Amino acid sequence: MTLPTTATTDLATTLNKQVIDRRRFLQHAILGSAVASSATLSLPIWAEEPEKQITNDPDTFPKNLPEAMRTAGAEFTNYGQPSPHEQHVIRWVSANSAALGTGVSWTPLHELQGTITPNGLHYERHHNGVPKIDPANHILLIDGLVKQPLKFSVKHLLRYPMISRTCFIECGGNSNSGWRNNPIQTKAGYAHGLISNCEWTGIPLKLLLQEAGVKSAAKWVIAEGADGSALNMSIPVEKLMDDAILALYQNGERIRPENGYPMRLVLPGWEGITNIKWLRQLKLTDAPTMSRDETSQYTELMPDGKARQFTFEMDAKSLITSPSLGMTLPDNPGVYQITGLAWSGRGKITKVEVSADGGKTWIDATLQGPILDKAFTRFSLPWHWKGDYAILQSRATDETGYVQPTRAALVESRGKHGFFHYNAIVSWEITEEGDINHVYE
Amino acid sequence: MSTNKLLLILFIIATLAFSTSQANDDLKNSPKLGVAADELSPQPQWNLSIAPDGKGLPAGSGTAAQGAKIFANQCAACHGPEGIGGAAEPLVGEVGSLTDDYPEKTVNSYWPYATTLFDYIRRSMPIQAPFSLSADEVYALSAYILSQDDIIATDAVMNADTLPKVEMPNRDGFISIYQQKP
Ligand code: HEC
Repeated sequence: MTLPTTATTDLATTLNKQVIDRRRFLQHAILGSAVASSATLSLPIWAEEPEKQITNDPDTFPKNLPEAMRTAGAEFTNYGQPSPHEQHVIRWVSANSAALGTGVSWTPLHELQGTITPNGLHYERHHNGVPKIDPANHILLIDGLVKQPLKFSVKHLLRYPMISRTCFIECGGNSNSGWRNNPIQTKAGYAHGLISNCEWTGIPLKLLLQEAGVKSAAKWVIAEGADGSALNMSIPVEKLMDDAILALYQNGERIRPENGYPMRLVLPGWEGITNIKWLRQLKLTDAPTMSRDETSQYTELMPDGKARQFTFEMDAKSLITSPSLGMTLPDNPGVYQITGLAWSGRGKITKVEVSADGGKTWIDATLQGPILDKAFTRFSLPWHWKGDYAILQSRATDETGYVQPTRAALVESRGKHGFFHYNAIVSWEITEEGDINHVYE
Repeated sequence: MSTNKLLLILFIIATLAFSTSQANDDLKNSPKLGVAADELSPQPQWNLSIAPDGKGLPAGSGTAAQGAKIFANQCAACHGPEGIGGAAEPLVGEVGSLTDDYPEKTVNSYWPYATTLFDYIRRSMPIQAPFSLSADEVYALSAYILSQDDIIATDAVMNADTLPKVEMPNRDGFISIYQQKP
């Protein structure tokens, strides 16, 4: 990375005028920099300072200051990294032993606060690894039932008007351990973290489709990725003409390779698999192509042997991220902040209720604003724990009136072999010792 | 006319033009940089998806006997010697198991269309070398997998004409949730 030289010099000069006793430090910094000669010449010449007599009064002289306050800190970095003390805050990788690029990595929701998922912690689901794509050689083709097939280079796409939208992307298989007969004892994020929430910036897809001219016979779009599984999915045209984004940026910076660099589809509220990464083509058709990932996978087998297909919208769901499994309650009794996340693929979250008695009684949690459409909503509620056995639960309601179901209700309506779209209430058992377990209620 | 007045009038015109274009057509504010791609669109590498009616299937053919050999060399390591019992998904068997207490979703028990098999093997398998198989080999592998559960005869030839006609056992097993909406 090259530093903007003029800006550096200006800044250095200003600092010099203001901070006399940092003169030597600055001189050192400038001399060590790329603009050494010009900056040195521009240094003002200061009058000799009168020697200050410092007497250290043992009663008022600051003692025991931490080392960090008595030394110069680390140098600048071109790209910042988390503190070395936060190295446990990582995605949990679970890949196929025979094909290491196939599998998932989970967002550590239990370690995070607020609503935005940092780019390095966004969940991953790859079907054949992360492709290495040089944007100079990548194009997007829009063809099929259009008036004019068009290709777009990345350079050209970057010149289009863009919008930003904060929304979640959730894998259809998120939380699927919930279908098992026994509650899995895994930390919150490593069982429910195939979901992340980012600000995506890009071109409203409608704009590109209008440019190509959608024919009236076009009902579906086959979206295809440029990865080692050329992942293809059929998406109804009306979703792409509604709120779909051809995303180029993620949380302000260009999309990470594992999230689809140089470009991906973002379909707010819709199952992760439809948000095609490394997008290379949108082919407009009259019918779905019935690809492997919309037939064999991402369909939900019901007890009657039929399978639900094209279940695009993600149902409302919530999860207490703290306290949660893997943590303990150290103060007994004590005041604890119950907090977690709620979201819905159908709109805004209107209510999150919290129970400490396994769903017998509920209290409305505080929702942290702004409450965004199809995005994470953080909820919280202070809890005076008296050291008794408790079962903590949260229950989300969205603006359509849909209420997150209990596990029993979900299993009753869908059976246990749906595998995808598990959104039941999660129960954390708090023992009298302050330990936390996952239980089914 | 003073410069100020002129600027004001120009400003009003510009504002009006901007707001009408917003209302009429998003496209007017778009740089419209798409390049005509009529030559690209018909090329095979931009027509990878195979429709259930067989549209997109290439020339070529293969049989189960040919497929068995390719499967042993290229697929069995991950999917098991007979397409079952490996680190990767089971591909054959369990036809009719979907209403059991422990249903098993395999290609033959669950997939609604045989065309999907060609589409998917070609673009994704073997997983370390997608697009490395010839059309004949993909037809042969499809024939091998399908014949394991007698969905096709052992000597049936799979090609662009026969593969779309294969009737998968679970052809009618799917309910589209999306289209059920008003
Ligand atoms: C190195 C291991 C490996 C090899 C070799 C391999 N596969 Fe696969 N196969 C996988 C994995 C892993 C998946 C699951 C991919 C995913 O999750 O998207 C898979 C999935 C499949 C599926 C889809 C299964 C389903 O139910 O959705 C089919 C069909 C398939 N492979 C066929 C083949 C054929 C045919 C070959 C030989 C040409 C082959 N595979 C070679 C690892 C392998």
